[in-house]
Amino acid sequence: MNKILLLLIMVARRDLVLAMRRRADVLTTLIFFVMVVSLFPLGVGPETDMLRKMAPGVLWVSALLASMLSLGRLFSADYLDGTLEQMLLAPQSLSVLVLGKMAAHWMVSGLPLVLMTPVLGLQFDMPLKAVGVLMLSLLLGTPVLSMIGAIGAALTLGLRGGGVLLSLLVLPLCIPVLIFGTGAVGAVTDGLGYSSHLSLLGALLVLAAVFTPWVAAQALRISME
Amino acid sequence: MAINWFKYSAPTMFYPLAGKLIPWFAVSSAILFVAGLYLGFVVAPSDATQGEFYRIIYIHVPTSILSMFLYLVMAGYAALGLIFNTRLSAMMASAIAPTGALFSFIALWTGALWGKPMWGTWWVWDARLTSELILLFLYLGFISLHASIDDPRRADRAAALLAIVGSVNVPIIYFSVKWWNTLHQGSTIKFSGTSMQVTMQHAMFTMLAACWLYAAAVVLSRVRSIILERERHTKWIAELSEVQS
Repeated sequence: MNKILLLLIMVARRDLVLAMRRRADVLTTLIFFVMVVSLFPLGVGPETDMLRKMAPGVLWVSALLASMLSLGRLFSADYLDGTLEQMLLAPQSLSVLVLGKMAAHWMVSGLPLVLMTPVLGLQFDMPLKAVGVLMLSLLLGTPVLSMIGAIGAALTLGLRGGGVLLSLLVLPLCIPVLIFGTGAVGAVTDGLGYSSHLSLLGALLVLAAVFTPWVAAQALRISME
Repeated sequence: MAINWFKYSAPTMFYPLAGKLIPWFAVSSAILFVAGLYLGFVVAPSDATQGEFYRIIYIHVPTSILSMFLYLVMAGYAALGLIFNTRLSAMMASAIAPTGALFSFIALWTGALWGKPMWGTWWVWDARLTSELILLFLYLGFISLHASIDDPRRADRAAALLAIVGSVNVPIIYFSVKWWNTLHQGSTIKFSGTSMQVTMQHAMFTMLAACWLYAAAVVLSRVRSIILERERHTKWIAELSEVQS
């Protein structure tokens, strides 16, 4: 058990170090997120009431798109330099290796978005409590996006036009996360209880954490054979 | 006597069988379509609240049922292909996908045509409509993933995995009516009896059978084409009478 945890940390740390060596990639995702969110008021007009109402949806959809943007890089660098092949041959469990990569991907592409949310929420004049719930829902939801996305990234590994295809495959699967994530914020602005939405998000997170590493590992084996 | 379960899992055996089955499915489907449309549009009485508009139900409901059912069948074949490594299962899965996509498109289209007079709008963001739309997206994702991988074996296996992952969505469609309480009416046909008039029910089930038989005929003839294409270098294909002529 301890060994698996150690392996997980090792893979995640390796990917984080690699990401820190190329900080520009991480920043591009974050800037993309901020930019897309800031475009919405320009597109629909500056009425505060409407913006406040739209904010959770806008932030969630932008987070979804931003996480798609960086998914292509999840396996492709390792695939190109042959590391992935070694990982497949390694005696350690491939699922754990994949889970480690998912965790690192979330820390690089999901966590910054969560931390950026309060600023953007204020731009949209969201009440403080709603911002809190939005952050909580993103905190629970963005790991699921990384995990489901990893399956798509593994399936489209090395294909022509893989990036667009990846979004086509992954976005429909992410819709439940989007629904519960925005539903939680919608409930809190309407003065209703939001815990059921967050519980469902948490359930999705647990479900994804159990199954997606294994499925993504199978997808990698299919793509690499 | 031992039954050879895998006899028809070989394309060599399945190809002639499918050829023999197609006319039966096609003819009975055509007869049932005519009968079902006659029952539904002429014989069945008009609805108490919806007048004549409800009659689109005879197309809408069978196509939406089949669009979901076909996804499960497709995922089932995909799983069989992954587990037993049979060529034919994967071919069946990729033959079902276009028909499933067609049915979900028709279900959405007729739903919009029905929604306009009844709800006053072509489209509402109701859970069930949205789920049906997602189902269409899943079909399209399956088809495009399969199409973008050149190696047919890898394409089969990758698309199969995607189909299995996507099949998580089908129960969500089914239970969404209970989960989100919205505009779409609940199911009329339940296991514990129904609130539907008998003629209407007959018309609906006839149409459902007609659509099902149509799907079977089309899928079988598509899988025959796929077999011919994939196995074109084999000897048994070269010996087929329709290939030689």
